[in-house]
Amino acid sequence: MLTAVLIFSALAIVFGIILGVAAQKFRVEGNPLADQIDELLPQTQCGQCGYPGCRPYAEAIARGEAPINQCPPGGEATIIALADLLGVEPLPLDPERGEEKEKAVAVIDENLCIGCTLCIQACPVDAILGAAKQMHTVIESECTGCELCLPPCPVDCISMKPIKPTPDTYKWPLPESASPSVMGRKIARRSAEPVGESKA
Amino acid sequence: MIKLYDFHGGIHLPGKKSLSNNTPIQQLACSKRLVLPLQMHIGEPARPEVGVGEHVGKGQRLARPDGFISAAIHAPTSGTVVAIESLPIPHPSGLSAPCIVIEADGEDRWEKPFEPWDDYQSHTPLEIRQRLRDAGVVGLGGAVFPTAAKLAVPPDRPIKTLILNGAECEPYITCDDRVMRERADQIIEGGRILLHASGAERCLIGVEDNKPEAIASLQAAIKAAEDTRFEVVAVPTRYPAGGERQLILTLTGIEIPRNRHATDYGLLCQNVATAASVYRAVVLGEPVISRVVTVTGEGINRPGNFEVRIGTPISDVIAAAGGYKSGVDRLLMGGPMMGFALADDTVPVVKATNCLLALHPQDREPEQPPMPCIRCGQCAEACPVNLLPQQLYWYSRAKDLDRTREYHIFDCIECGVCAAVCPAHIPLVQYFRFAKTEIWASERERLKANKARERHKFHQERIAREKAEREAMLAKKRAALAAKQTNQSQTGSDKSAIKDEIAAAMARVKARKAAAQTKKASEPAQVGSPTYTESEKP
Repeated sequence: MLTAVLIFSALAIVFGIILGVAAQKFRVEGNPLADQIDELLPQTQCGQCGYPGCRPYAEAIARGEAPINQCPPGGEATIIALADLLGVEPLPLDPERGEEKEKAVAVIDENLCIGCTLCIQACPVDAILGAAKQMHTVIESECTGCELCLPPCPVDCISMKPIKPTPDTYKWPLPESASPSVMGRKIARRSAEPVGESKA
Repeated sequence: MIKLYDFHGGIHLPGKKSLSNNTPIQQLACSKRLVLPLQMHIGEPARPEVGVGEHVGKGQRLARPDGFISAAIHAPTSGTVVAIESLPIPHPSGLSAPCIVIEADGEDRWEKPFEPWDDYQSHTPLEIRQRLRDAGVVGLGGAVFPTAAKLAVPPDRPIKTLILNGAECEPYITCDDRVMRERADQIIEGGRILLHASGAERCLIGVEDNKPEAIASLQAAIKAAEDTRFEVVAVPTRYPAGGERQLILTLTGIEIPRNRHATDYGLLCQNVATAASVYRAVVLGEPVISRVVTVTGEGINRPGNFEVRIGTPISDVIAAAGGYKSGVDRLLMGGPMMGFALADDTVPVVKATNCLLALHPQDREPEQPPMPCIRCGQCAEACPVNLLPQQLYWYSRAKDLDRTREYHIFDCIECGVCAAVCPAHIPLVQYFRFAKTEIWASERERLKANKARERHKFHQERIAREKAEREAMLAKKRAALAAKQTNQSQTGSDKSAIKDEIAAAMARVKARKAAAQTKKASEPAQVGSPTYTESEKP
């Protein structure tokens, strides 16, 4: 009896020490789930989700404070990816946050620009080049299309230009026989009652 | 005779080659206006080096290769550059891309950019590679991969065998057949140059056994050249025997694994027409400014093969072949299996244009509405790359892109065999193309998102750094001020100090005024000839 108690106490102490050391040694810095979520977000940094950037939104989702359907630039594809990652139901995009738009980049009308630098300060990715009283211009390849530079412009000289497909970026369409939206099918597959007439 | 091996799957297709392979290659007259897309090859687009309005000679370089995998573009005739702009190109999307437009002056005057090298053996492989790069030589079988880049192999993996691909397995297409019949000597000579440039010891020419005339012609040319390194091998006619990996497997028994290249196994595969253009580039000093195009199909009045300048409008080529028959509803670039439908025929012939195929609805398999997949597995049996097309189909359809990658969608050569054997008439290749371009797009998005994340992080760091710097500066100033104050409070109250300073300054001003007045009073008469006091001297 006593031997058994001693053996198990000793084992408990040994394993306790091992676990304690392991917890210290292999401590994970930050929240790995937030990293994974951040990986799936489009990094537009537009703040339409109500958080100041993609990372804070990812952290809020990881803490369970924010729903996964608040990212209009990511749209359906991002929501499905997040749902897959987190093992939750995909939700339709929250219409209050905006709608999924065609990808676009900001373009400054250089004839109208007065060089006020307000857009430069608003750009979350430093994609606008210019200085006070000098003409500004958007570096197209770096622009995320967040539209944050539009409201501060005092002369409304910034517009959004949709990114046109080129032969290199051309995407083959899905054959017509397989058209119902993925969202519809995923929802239909996962929940007991199908949503709408998704199986066209 | 060498032992032949068998590749998995494949199908027998009606050849329909006799439509176009009975007449010799005809020279097509040069069109008035030629449109040359800057990207007619795999890799980076070429960089233009002529300006609008400039007069160019035939063969003059218009754009130079930009990057290692890229190819030069040359003027197909003499004339004037009238525009460099975005124009529709032959592409499944029907979209536009940057092109150089030349208006021919009708003189067709050569301005050869290179010396002809009759003695190519005295030039190093590197020089030959450089020549091929400058001459814009690319694979003319349809993949248009720059030949110079393909020849550049690491020295630790020498090329042992050169394979010239004359299989031409797709129905209707006969351009390689005609080139082999009529220009076998150029092919063999080009093959010898490629042997020299690659260091290979032997050359196998794979030709499907439905082209006996081509085989005979090549054998005669080898005999004439007295080169024992060459061997013509008739391979069984079975689509897609002309796929690079399929032909290599048939001829050598080596199955190239995914993510590896033929060159990793000491093999180099080139199309026969490419070999002929290698000969022309090296020995004659002629860049690639034309190619042989098959114009065929039941919808063409006089099918045949034409030597066409690159950039010629496709409508001119069709007109030379007698035009369309009535009722034609589809024009394909490429063969019926791997080609794509052109939206209109004003787009130019490019280096990849091996065939123009005009068809009536009745010439094709009737298009039947796709039915559900019954998982019969015929597609998997027919797939020449041992894929599971039905699994790929399900995952592509469900947009489950990760799964399509797990099932190796990028090994698919889009040969169309699976769709041809499918009893449910499912357009399988379309699904795979959809999934592939979707994956590429998401990859581009991911890279862009990563860049945006980096930049946003840097932006935040910059804002924080600037704030910290400003605060540090303010703190420093505040500290300096505080130090001054403590100093002054030690000597006396700062109010009295300021008062003292003001009083002293006022006293100085008063003294100066008084001095000026006395000066004026003492020297009133000498205004005309001013004198200067010691301190006032300029």
